[in-house]
Amino acid sequence: MQQSGKKQALIREYAQLVRRLTPKSQLGLGCLRAFWVGGAICLLGQWIAEAAQRWLSLPLSAAQTAASITLVFLTALLTGIGVFDRIARYAGAGTVVPITGFANAMVSPAMEFKPEGWVLGTGARLFTIAGPVLVYGIASSVIVGILYYFIRW
Amino acid sequence: MLTYLKVFLVGGALCALGEVLILKTKLTPARILVVYITAGAALSALGLYGPLARFAFAGATVPLTGFGHALAQGAISAVQETGLLGAFTGGLAATAGGIAAAVFFGFLAALLFRPRPKDF
Repeated sequence: MQQSGKKQALIREYAQLVRRLTPKSQLGLGCLRAFWVGGAICLLGQWIAEAAQRWLSLPLSAAQTAASITLVFLTALLTGIGVFDRIARYAGAGTVVPITGFANAMVSPAMEFKPEGWVLGTGARLFTIAGPVLVYGIASSVIVGILYYFIRW
Repeated sequence: MLTYLKVFLVGGALCALGEVLILKTKLTPARILVVYITAGAALSALGLYGPLARFAFAGATVPLTGFGHALAQGAISAVQETGLLGAFTGGLAATAGGIAAAVFFGFLAALLFRPRPKDF
């Protein structure tokens, strides 16, 4: 009886310890990290686009494309030297949702499956995740275009 | 300065929403990307994403919904110029830079860097 009471107290104490040490809310913490890293990436994109408009005198849409290409380049570089994975593990959706997520989804498997060959390793695996994204993206744009042709809203 | 605040807040909010989707539903990052690009194209066609892009600039165009927006708007303006043919050419033409960059730099990274063991 004594023994079992002691055990009960120990279990209670352990449960309290677990409650105290777990972060207040996994969701809140994850959102905060995704929010500030994602926001910072967008800010970087904005600065690149403004610099392209000012120094290269590009029109807005071309400047946005230049920003996308630069972000894709930086993602490829950081993925190559192994830094991107560390940022991504911290930021969660903060690096997935911006164009950096799309770029990383192509670069990472392209590198990882290099041992399987240049054609069916790197060449094919580049599109493991980007493939579905492009399928749904392009199909949506064709549907929008066809609808627009007939309805012209 | 206000522009930068809008960029940060809207871009951050779209990412935080993605984090909620990852943690609360069983959506993997690959599915998040597909959902975002499709939602971006749909919202763009409905005329809802254009105002957001004019309000938040890169905060709306850098997230993958902005990629969907560019695809849809590309298709629409190409239809205005060349008719039905534009539905097939417009989307990719508008996003060619980003897609080609991802293919090229992805290939280059595979060429230059050694794949590293995942340390987690």
